Amino acid sequence: MLKTFRIGGVHPPENKLSANGKIIVLTLPEQVIIPLSQHIGAPATPIVQKGDTVKAGQLIAQATGFVSANIHSSVSGTIVAIDNVTDAAGLSKPAITIKVEGDEWENGIDRTEKIEHNIALSQEEIIKAIAAAGIVGMGGATFPTQVKLTPPPGNKAEFLIINGVECEPYLTSDHRIMLEKAEEIIIGVQILMKAIGVKKAIIGIENNKKDAIAHLQQIADKTPEIEICPLKVKYPQGGEKQLIQATTGRTVPSGALPIAVGAVVQNAGTALAVYEAVMKHKPLIERVVTVTGKSVKNPGNYLCRIGTPVSKLLEAAGGIPEDTAKVIGGGPMMGRTMLNIDSPVMKGTSGILLISDKEARRSPVRNCIRCSKCVSVCPMGLEPYLLAKLATFNLLERLEEEKVMDCIECGSCSFTCPSARPLLDYIRLGKTRTGAMLRNRKK
Amino acid sequence: MKLLVSPSPHLHSGDSIEKNMYGVIIALIPAFICSILFFGTGAIIVTLTSVLACLFFEYIIQKYLLRQQPTIFDGSAFLTGVLLAFNVPSNLPVWIIIIGALVAIGIGKMSFGGLGCNIFNPALVGRVFLLISFPVQMTTWPLAQGFAGSYTDAQTGATPLALLKEAVKTGQSVNDLLVADTFIGYKEMFLGHMGGSLGEVAAWALLIGFAYMLIRKIITWHIPVTIFATVIVFSGILHLCNPDQFAGPLFHLLSGGMMLGAIFMATDYVTSPMSHKGMFIFGAGIGILTVVIRVFGAYPEGMSFAILIMNAFTPLINRYCKPTRFA
Repeated sequence: MLKTFRIGGVHPPENKLSANGKIIVLTLPEQVIIPLSQHIGAPATPIVQKGDTVKAGQLIAQATGFVSANIHSSVSGTIVAIDNVTDAAGLSKPAITIKVEGDEWENGIDRTEKIEHNIALSQEEIIKAIAAAGIVGMGGATFPTQVKLTPPPGNKAEFLIINGVECEPYLTSDHRIMLEKAEEIIIGVQILMKAIGVKKAIIGIENNKKDAIAHLQQIADKTPEIEICPLKVKYPQGGEKQLIQATTGRTVPSGALPIAVGAVVQNAGTALAVYEAVMKHKPLIERVVTVTGKSVKNPGNYLCRIGTPVSKLLEAAGGIPEDTAKVIGGGPMMGRTMLNIDSPVMKGTSGILLISDKEARRSPVRNCIRCSKCVSVCPMGLEPYLLAKLATFNLLERLEEEKVMDCIECGSCSFTCPSARPLLDYIRLGKTRTGAMLRNRKK
Repeated sequence: MKLLVSPSPHLHSGDSIEKNMYGVIIALIPAFICSILFFGTGAIIVTLTSVLACLFFEYIIQKYLLRQQPTIFDGSAFLTGVLLAFNVPSNLPVWIIIIGALVAIGIGKMSFGGLGCNIFNPALVGRVFLLISFPVQMTTWPLAQGFAGSYTDAQTGATPLALLKEAVKTGQSVNDLLVADTFIGYKEMFLGHMGGSLGEVAAWALLIGFAYMLIRKIITWHIPVTIFATVIVFSGILHLCNPDQFAGPLFHLLSGGMMLGAIFMATDYVTSPMSHKGMFIFGAGIGILTVVIRVFGAYPEGMSFAILIMNAFTPLINRYCKPTRFA
C-alpha cells in the first residue's frame, strides 16, 4: 500500500499535459524585470544604479535583514530603471529593469554540465553560500532557504524531506527536473542534509510520476541515507504538514512548524538550486516553468531567466489561445490569476496555466445543503461550511475556537462543494481577520 | 485582452445538487419497480401524485409566497415526493397524499426557508402528519398481490410489525408466532412479499440502492451501518433476555421502514450531522429509539419518529462533535 496523509483530500483530474515535454531553454528576452520582493520577508535593497552594466549572476540587490533574500541579475545588459512596476496582481512593486545585451556571465560561475560530487564546504559555509545565491523555496511559498536551514534554538532536525510531490494538476516542472537533473538533485539533497546536520532524507513523489521515481531510485541506490518514497496520488499532498505525515507518519501540531517533529521540508527544485549554488557557484537566476492549459498549442517546460515576461513564455508555447479566460501563476488549485501578462517570472513561479472560458465558468452559488462533503475532504479536519458561515458573521472568537488558523487554503472545500459555494473565499476573509485579532491580542 | 481575476481554486469537481438528488432518486428505482410488481397500479398512482404535488407546492410557494426564482428542478422536491410516497400505503386516497405533500413541502421545508434550511426531514414531517391525522387510512396495508393488485379495492392485512404488536398485547409468545405457519418467513420478508408502505417492503432492492449511492459517493456508510449495528445489538440483547416477548435482530432489520429509513431517510443531507462522530451518535440514537418505540411504544413502527427526534438533535450534535482534526 502506498503511503499518503490520513484525512481528507481530493482527486482533481491530473491533466499533466506537459509530462513528456523535455525542458526547453527559452531564448533570452529583450528585457527582464526583476522584482525586489520575490520571497517572503523584507524586499531586497538595490545596490546598483540606473545606467550600470551588469553581468548574469551579478548581485544587484542585497537581502534586508534575516528573513529576506539576495537578488541577482539574470542577464547581462544595462539597468534601465529601478522603479515601481505593476506586478501580476496589478499592484505597484519595486523592481529593477534590465535591457538585455549579449549573454555574459559573472566570473567563477561554472556553466558546464559536469557533475560535481565532492561536497567540500562546511555546514556554515553551505548555509552562507545558499544565502549568497538568493535561494528561496521554489515550490511557490518562496520562504528564504537559509532561514529554514537554521532551526530556532531548542529544536533539532532529524529528517530532511524533499517535496517532489507536485500534487497540483497540470504542473510538471518538478517532474521534469527529477527526470533530467536527478543526479544534481540527489547531490543537492546531500548538501542540504549536511547543512542541517541530519542523517536521513526522504524524497516524497506521487505515484503518477513512475519514471521519475524509478530514475531517482536508481541513483539513490548508491546513497542509502536517501529514501525515495512513492506516495498515493491525492491532493494536497504537497502541503508541508500533509507531506510530513505521508512520508514519516508524524503529525505537526496545530500552529507549530515542521521542526517541532524534527522535519525540514525543501522542494525538489530548491535542492537543484542548492546544488547549482554550492557546487557550480551559480545564484538562483533561472528556473523551469511549465506553460500549460487545455487550449495551449505546445504545452511544455521552459528553462527561463528570472524576470522574463510571462507573455514571452506564452509566445514560445504557441501564443495565447482565443478562448483564454484566466492566466494563472501556479497550478489550478492554489495558483493566482494574473492581471498583467507582461509581469515577470519570479523565483516561485512553477507554472503558467491558461484556463479556457469553458473551464472558468462557475455554476451559480446555491444554498448549503449540509452534505458534509467539505468536512470529509478537508485535509486539516476542519469544517469549511462552518468557518465560512462564521466568517460571514465576523465571529472571530468562534473562528479561532474552530481552528481557522489551521486552514492551509488548499481549496479542496470549494472544489468539492455541490452548491458551488466559494467556501475558501469566506474562510480566507475569516482567517485574515482572526489573524489580525490574534496579533493585536499579543500586543 | 480581457482576463478574469478570481481567488483560487480555479477548478471545480463538477458535483452539483442535481447530481446528488437525482442520484438518490436513481438509487430508489429498484425499490420502485418492486413496489409496482407487488402492489400494482396503486404504487404508480400514489408516487406520481406525491411527486407532482410536491413540485407544485414548491413552485407555488417559491414563486408567490417567498418571491424567489423557483428551483423545482433541483431534484429536492422530486425526492421528497418520492420518499413521501414510499412511506405511505399504496392504496392511500389521492387527496390525502396531496395534503401530505403540502405539509411536507410547506411546513417541513419552505417554512424554514427552503432547501438546506429545514431541521426535519420534510418527507417524514408529511408522513407523520398523515399518520396522526388519518390513522385508519395510513395503517390499512394492502397485501403484496402482484401487479394485478387493485388501487381502490386492494386486499389488506396486517404488517409483520403489527402482528407482533398484537401478539405481545394479547400475551402470545413472539417466539411461537415467528415459527408458526402463518408467519411469512425471513426470506419472504427480505424479498418484500409482505404488507407495508409501498417503498419500504423490498429490503434487497433498497440495499442495491444503498450500494449504488456508496459507489457514487452520494452518501457515506456511517449512518445506515450504525443504525443497523445498534438495532442488531439492542434487539439482540432484548431477544436473549426474553425470546417470548422480544423478536430477534433479523426481524427488526427486515420489517417496517428499517431499510428505507436507515438508507434513504436518515441520510438526508440537510437534517443529518456533518462529522463522522456525529453520524455515529445520530445513527445509534435512531437505532435505539426505533427499537424502543417498536417494543415498548404504542405504535408498531418507530422509524419515522426516531429519525425526526434525532433530526432535532442534529444541531446540538454538530455543535459538540467535531471532525478528527489533523492535529
